[in-house]
Amino acid sequence: MSVTQGIAILPLVILAAFAMGILLINVFSRNPKDEKIGYIALTSMIFVFLSLFSFLGKSGISFGGMISVDIYAIFFYLVFVVIGTLTILASISYVKTTGIQSGEYYALILFAMIGMMLMASSTNLVMLFVSLEMMSIPIYILAGFHRNEARSIESSMKYFLLGAFASGFFLYGLSLIYASTGSTSYQAIARFLSNTERLDLSTLMWIGLAFLSVGFFFKIAAFPFHAWTPDVYEGAPTSVTAYMATGVKAAAFAALVRVFFTAFPLFQHDWTSIMWLIAVLTMIVGNFTALVQKSVKRMLAYSSIAHAGYLLVALVAGNQIGRSAILFYLMAYAFMNIGAFSVLMVMAKKNDYHEDLDSFAGIGFKYPLTAVAMSIFMFSMAGIPPTAGFIGKFYIFSAAVKSHYYWLAIIGVLNSAVSVYYYLRVIVYMYFKEPEGEIPDYRFSVPAVLSIVLAAWGVLQLGILPQNIMAIAQHSIKALM
Amino acid sequence: MGGLAHIPILSVVIFFPMVGVLFLLLIDRENESAIKGTALVFSIIEFAISLPLIVYFNPGTADYQFVEKIPWVKALGIQYFLGIDGISLLLVMLTTFLTVLCVLSSWTAIKDHVKEYMISMLFLETGMLGALISLDLVLFYVFWELMLIPMYLLIGVWGGPRRVYAAVKFFLYTMVGSVLMMIAILALYFLYHKATGVYTFDITKLYQLNLPVGAQMWMFAAFALAFAIKVPMFPFHTWLPDAHTEAPTAGSVILAGVLLKMGTYGFIRFCIPLFPSAAMKFVPLIMLLAVIGIIYGALVAMMQKDVKKLVAYSSVSHLGFVMLGMFALNMQSVEGSIYQMLNHGISTGALFLIVGMIYERRHTRLIKDFGGLAKQLPIFATFFMIATLSSIGLPGTNGFVGEFLILLGTFKTSRPFAVFAATGVILGAAYMLWMFQRVMFGKLDKEENKVLKDLNWREVATLVPIVIMVFWMGIYPKFFIGKMEKSVSNFLATVNKKVEARRLMDTGAKALADNLWQTGKLKVRKVN
Repeated sequence: MSVTQGIAILPLVILAAFAMGILLINVFSRNPKDEKIGYIALTSMIFVFLSLFSFLGKSGISFGGMISVDIYAIFFYLVFVVIGTLTILASISYVKTTGIQSGEYYALILFAMIGMMLMASSTNLVMLFVSLEMMSIPIYILAGFHRNEARSIESSMKYFLLGAFASGFFLYGLSLIYASTGSTSYQAIARFLSNTERLDLSTLMWIGLAFLSVGFFFKIAAFPFHAWTPDVYEGAPTSVTAYMATGVKAAAFAALVRVFFTAFPLFQHDWTSIMWLIAVLTMIVGNFTALVQKSVKRMLAYSSIAHAGYLLVALVAGNQIGRSAILFYLMAYAFMNIGAFSVLMVMAKKNDYHEDLDSFAGIGFKYPLTAVAMSIFMFSMAGIPPTAGFIGKFYIFSAAVKSHYYWLAIIGVLNSAVSVYYYLRVIVYMYFKEPEGEIPDYRFSVPAVLSIVLAAWGVLQLGILPQNIMAIAQHSIKALM
Repeated sequence: MGGLAHIPILSVVIFFPMVGVLFLLLIDRENESAIKGTALVFSIIEFAISLPLIVYFNPGTADYQFVEKIPWVKALGIQYFLGIDGISLLLVMLTTFLTVLCVLSSWTAIKDHVKEYMISMLFLETGMLGALISLDLVLFYVFWELMLIPMYLLIGVWGGPRRVYAAVKFFLYTMVGSVLMMIAILALYFLYHKATGVYTFDITKLYQLNLPVGAQMWMFAAFALAFAIKVPMFPFHTWLPDAHTEAPTAGSVILAGVLLKMGTYGFIRFCIPLFPSAAMKFVPLIMLLAVIGIIYGALVAMMQKDVKKLVAYSSVSHLGFVMLGMFALNMQSVEGSIYQMLNHGISTGALFLIVGMIYERRHTRLIKDFGGLAKQLPIFATFFMIATLSSIGLPGTNGFVGEFLILLGTFKTSRPFAVFAATGVILGAAYMLWMFQRVMFGKLDKEENKVLKDLNWREVATLVPIVIMVFWMGIYPKFFIGKMEKSVSNFLATVNKKVEARRLMDTGAKALADNLWQTGKLKVRKVN
């Protein structure tokens, strides 16, 4: 069963309409920091979510077969809706306290999401490149939204320059692949490769594949293309960091998995041996540098590198469990990561963001519920039951063990044990340390609380009753076969 | 089981403390007496709920009883699978028993954040019971890790001066061991699937898998590391003295009484029956480490200046006995080993409670600060004496039964180890009595000690149940051993049968092996 072309792009159309509507409203609005705009953006998430129901059991193809809205893409749409909803909820008061122009802000968030969704559904390298840019450019701008702050501008600039290079590599890789296979469509590439003797393949194909991977590795912040992450994540407004760390990562993985398993499945053996090493180094670098961070925001930035490493472990495993584990883990990661950043956003004040560990000292007893939520997020990121992070890691490492990558799994779990140290440190500060001076009064707005509560609920739901999402993830990857 | 057939009694036992947590959340944090009262009431009801287990338990079978089994994560074949046998039954009872005493002992010792403290305590109880009752490896793993969180908070928030260091060390040590166990669990899961085509973490099914010795060795090592750290066996014991000295009294009681037993329980429930051929190969190493632990723990205990640290090191020594008995792998020694687990919970728990009581009065635990207390605190002295003697293992007390059975069993299989371990008994008497002499006897020459008040009714009420247990278990051990007998003999039969079958398979006597090992399925429940 398939839906019409029009329905297939319905979620995208909704997002685009809302984004442009927001820009228009912003022109006529007197107050550029209007909270209402946030709620309008939130409404768009509800509509997108509802539009997903038109795909129940069906899939759609559009733009002459360049995008395919199949169950695999729909799963990611769902992940993006979760990410978007949580980010927007957390943004509403953060945008106000830190003085961000809300009109452009929410419009760019929605535009970036269109790019992410297209990345998850692209079945053609050219389309993939266009959607990659469509996602990245709004994010470059968003990273610099604290335009009076050096670190935010640095973040934007750094991300833009390095991102431009990565896009260049990506484009070059894609052109080389086109040159040697004669097509940019995933299916056509796979068909060409299966009909050609391995020795007849031109070297350009391999170089192209390598360049393409560089583009992906940059976006998911894998070693050795991770160096931008800490500065960019730390400098960007926290809401944007949360959005980047979860949304961009999910979109890049969505595309990566689709490209590698539908266009280059025959070469799985070749690229896994390289990716094995990259996965290991990404985990090690991410975790060991996170160990020494004093700022929680920066620690979360390094930890996001480590999480990319775990996801790569599942990719290396390459079996069905691994692929569905990636999907499950990205969903889990969306909840726990945005949850943690939401807590940081609640604590942020104009010109004083309270991002360092010392700001967490003693909040365990002054703000018990916030601290419990933060502990849930930290335990989840550390992979301790009964949280989504545990089930996710369990799932990923079971994929590795199943494909007999025992050492990879062992290195992975040991890394996970290392990570416990720095996640626990947040808890140590919250509960075990006496605060130096007064703990400031934090304002808890309804939407911010809602985002924290929703995130905590998601983490526990996926941790205690993961059955449904897991079954959906397992079903979704069938679209790749 | 009679009337209990329709009640999911084990789930109730596991999750009832969480109901208490919910109640506690509703109480205003200023109202401390209500918080303490609620926690106490819930822990007592919890103990009462667990009593039917021992009443309705059928000691005539080695099967798991009160079984509950429903799918949990179908996509991976994980089940919510609960059940107890004679081994876990007694540990479950010990847990619910000690939790009541812990809540009582914290009455005045905990002054800050009482609400959070009691919540952690009840949360911990759920974690411990879950780990003891789970028969699905993943479910077990979840509870096993879950226990860490409240214990970590108990040490880190309510502990002594170096509490943060101790708490983090405790967490990380345990974590490193457990994550490797997780890999082994997964490996076992896929190997079982390869052999049978079924994905399951059900241990009763996994028991039937008889892996090649090489694979067993690796997985045994991974499981054993996790459990050896928890026990803790020499040389993985270094976190224990830190954790014990920094933890609040009730934390130490639970840590010594139940948490350490998780390690030894893990060996007997998972490690040995899942990988028996590997276990056989590891026997000399583990027995050697156990004996080193016995003697080393005793010697270090002797030199301690701090009473609590002394008790902590005595734990290392006592748990050496548990491991020694378990790996001697015969009826007496294994029964003794399980008995010693209970003993250690009772007597070391009592000692920690007693140290906590004197610390609450004097705010010191150094032996040199005391002396002659027996004159000033006669009731305290009596309880302390009983706990000390039970820790030493004087005949008539619980300690004697356990140590005697272990040494008897070990003597049958490996005399040198038994001889060396027996010196541990003597050393144990030496350090305990020497400490007792320095603290309780001699001249009452310190001014601060002359004004100390003797125990109040609440403290007496905390210790009396323990004294009853000390003598009950010392004089009439049959009540307890009777419960575990069938399970232990079944455990040994399974192990021997699997090892023999593996040996035959490896030596090529396929037909014979098949005979023992009918088409890969061992009739585990048929013994003798």
